[in-house]
Amino acid sequence: MVEKTDVGRQATAAPSSYAIELKGISKAFGPVQANRDINIAVPRGTIHGIIGENGAGKSTLMSILYGFYKADAGEILINGTPTTIPDSQSAIRAGIGMVFQHFKLVQNFTVLENIVLGAEEGFALNTSLSKARKALADLSHEYELNVDPDAIIEDLSVGHQQRVEILKALYRQAEILILDEPTGVLTPAEADHLFRILASLKAQGKTIILITHKLREIMEATDHVSVMRRGTMVATVKTTDSSPEQLAELMVGRKVLLDVAKGPANPGPVVLSVENLRVQDEQKVERLKGVSFEIRAGEVLGIAGVAGNGQSELLAALGGIQKATGSVTLKGQPLPLSGPGADGRTRREAGMGHIPEDRQLLGLIMDFTAWENSALGYHNAAKYQKNLLLMDNTAIRADTEAKMATFDVRPPIPSLAAKNFSGGNQQKIVVAREIESNPDILLIGQPTRGVDIGAIEFIHKQIIALRDAGKAILLVSVELDEILSLSDRIAVMFDGQLMGFRDPETTNERELGLLMAGVTDTSKPDAGKAA
Amino acid sequence: MAKLPRWADLALVPLISLVLAALVSAIVLVLIGQSPMQALSVMVDGALGSASGWGYTLYYATSFIFTGLGVTIAFHAGLFNIGGEGQAQLGGLGVALACLFLPWPHWTVALVGASLAAALFGAAWAAIPAWLQAKRGSHIVITTIMFNYIAAALLIYILGEILRPVGSMDPASARFPAELGLPHFHEMPILRDFFLKYGPDGAVKLSAQGLPVYSRVPANITFFLSLIAAFGVWVLLWHTRLGYEMRAFGKQEKAARYAGISAFKIIMVAMLLSGALSGLMAINNVMGQAERLLQNSAEGAGFIGIAVALMGRNHPLGVVLAAVLFGFLYQGGAALGLNTSIPIELRTVVQGLVILFTGALDYMVRIMLTWVFSLRQTERAA
Repeated sequence: MVEKTDVGRQATAAPSSYAIELKGISKAFGPVQANRDINIAVPRGTIHGIIGENGAGKSTLMSILYGFYKADAGEILINGTPTTIPDSQSAIRAGIGMVFQHFKLVQNFTVLENIVLGAEEGFALNTSLSKARKALADLSHEYELNVDPDAIIEDLSVGHQQRVEILKALYRQAEILILDEPTGVLTPAEADHLFRILASLKAQGKTIILITHKLREIMEATDHVSVMRRGTMVATVKTTDSSPEQLAELMVGRKVLLDVAKGPANPGPVVLSVENLRVQDEQKVERLKGVSFEIRAGEVLGIAGVAGNGQSELLAALGGIQKATGSVTLKGQPLPLSGPGADGRTRREAGMGHIPEDRQLLGLIMDFTAWENSALGYHNAAKYQKNLLLMDNTAIRADTEAKMATFDVRPPIPSLAAKNFSGGNQQKIVVAREIESNPDILLIGQPTRGVDIGAIEFIHKQIIALRDAGKAILLVSVELDEILSLSDRIAVMFDGQLMGFRDPETTNERELGLLMAGVTDTSKPDAGKAA
Repeated sequence: MAKLPRWADLALVPLISLVLAALVSAIVLVLIGQSPMQALSVMVDGALGSASGWGYTLYYATSFIFTGLGVTIAFHAGLFNIGGEGQAQLGGLGVALACLFLPWPHWTVALVGASLAAALFGAAWAAIPAWLQAKRGSHIVITTIMFNYIAAALLIYILGEILRPVGSMDPASARFPAELGLPHFHEMPILRDFFLKYGPDGAVKLSAQGLPVYSRVPANITFFLSLIAAFGVWVLLWHTRLGYEMRAFGKQEKAARYAGISAFKIIMVAMLLSGALSGLMAINNVMGQAERLLQNSAEGAGFIGIAVALMGRNHPLGVVLAAVLFGFLYQGGAALGLNTSIPIELRTVVQGLVILFTGALDYMVRIMLTWVFSLRQTERAA
């Protein structure tokens, strides 16, 4: 670090046109070099995208900028002044605001209370609150950030909660705003609104750093984009001079097929038939309100929707994890939805595979080894038993080794604990287990969440191969691109109901986006709000 | 954070914790005006310095192995069974009933029968908290603690009102038939040679009948049963489907449910096995040593089992080693009380310190070691 530094405070008359400059930032965690000699310069009043696969070092870099980690080498210049950022308070004083992927809001506080939290002045809370109320009104006005200051956070939609996070940063006089994967939880319409907010912030001279893995957003919103790969900054380009294909190639280090190559579907007989499926949660709130559909052999039915509209409950009920009512038949055989037989074991024996939405909570036991995990749910299979009493651990290990080779799991070490694999490789372990068990129907939830582009391409190919092998597939994803490119039919889920089926060839993101917001009659955009 | 090598994790961390516990114990001894070195030598001498010392140490260890295994097996299913004490007392009741009221042709048959009774009674005492946890969500820690008190009260009633022989003032059962006595170490062929008594001239002491005299020790055949049980637990946990399901459920309940593993089944089976193992401890102390059922027969071994499982990293081999260590502390502490002016309560202090350092402060030792190892790595890299 440089001697002449100014902790978290900037010189007033700095003659630099860059809001942030990072010079030679390096950071290692043990033997892992998370950031290696990173140089980046962000001109004031621009939107700068940072893109890269999981584990490329984006989060580490931003954590250094926000004072969570200390860089091993290199310097940070804010408005041309060398600045050390030992903690997040200094980052805030330096004018840096951060909007995290997972919001840091107190759920049962009001918007106003959350905004003041940590920035209270004086002993009496009321002075801070009334001051904040006024500032909030100005900010809301200025940036199209309309939020009711007295609303309780948990009553707000995710999009609004995110606006509160942005307001929090602006209230703290942030000149530089860092957004980490901001659109992961938003509908396309909400995402568009966010980008309009960002554009108006930019117009006011604020500097924005946008971290995302979605190439489309980078192309739409940013002025410049930096690509990270394995801890190094491989390129910084003007967005208009670039293309999604070029950026994808820079991220992965090789050519990537962004579109999934697939032939027309060849649907056979109905495999899974679902009628009037209903699920109540523990508070007796109905989360699934009578869902009916059929899936045929050799067909992918895609369920699109914003997270939290009943997709998780649909998968859980079908997978035997959650009690439900209604009727579900698999190849003509009714499946029990509650009571004895409504469990994952019976489902698997009936020929249903399940790649769960949350691999780290459901799909894998993080402390178990890869080989133990590769038998999870199938540990009763005859091929895994030595005799009546003992399991054949050697057979499971050998089986795992074979699967790891087929699915290119890295590192291919069966005795490594699941938690020590990267997200993409963890997912490959789950996908390998469920596909290799040769199910008649495969439930798939968020197959590529937190998975890097290279692995996404691979997993998508596997799904299509399974379809072409005549299996039925139910695909639930919040990624519209994924739904559009993999599905043979698309259903949109909103508020526990299916909003109708669409053909991926004839529909588009706009139509699906409206359905995802609950709007069925596209001529009246507000019609669905009452639902 | 950097990772510790496996050997350091398994051996070095507990060893350093023990040394720290010993150091603090030494400070306590100095504070009460005693010599730590003398205390240590009396403890080592009393517990390990002679065959008969070992005969006592291993007797205690046998009980701790059973209760430690009980805690271990429940722990792997994510359940903290604090009820080992009560389950061991009920196991004792099972042993007493079997030995007193059933006609056994031979002690070997009685051993099998009494073991079944001990396991059954221990399991039954764990079954109610298990059912309450599985069906009602009543926390197993709370219910098993309550069941310890209920067990104690129940035994006072049964011993005082039902099993107490007519005319006896002692709240204890009648003596078991003498032919049901289990072979002790000093009565077993080959092994007994270690327990020969020697006269001052160095020759083997002979009885009036001209037979060699052996030191009597409480350690008995149950010790070998406990080792078999430890091996059985290891096989169960890591080589059977049931063990796989228990560990899966214990590590990540939601993933286990996703895999179709029944929570009810795992909670019940794990607790029944846990209670059965704790109950089996009674073979050692009730059938093997006291040969009648006394009030408070478990003498805290159920609680020591928690410390043993903790220190043994919930691995059967670790449990055996930790049980021997606690057996040493028990017997060494008794020797202190017998041979020095150090109060026997110091035994409890030392045990407490061992539990504190190996259990609660384990993390402290771990981060310090991790730091040392990372320093070494950096030096090597440089």
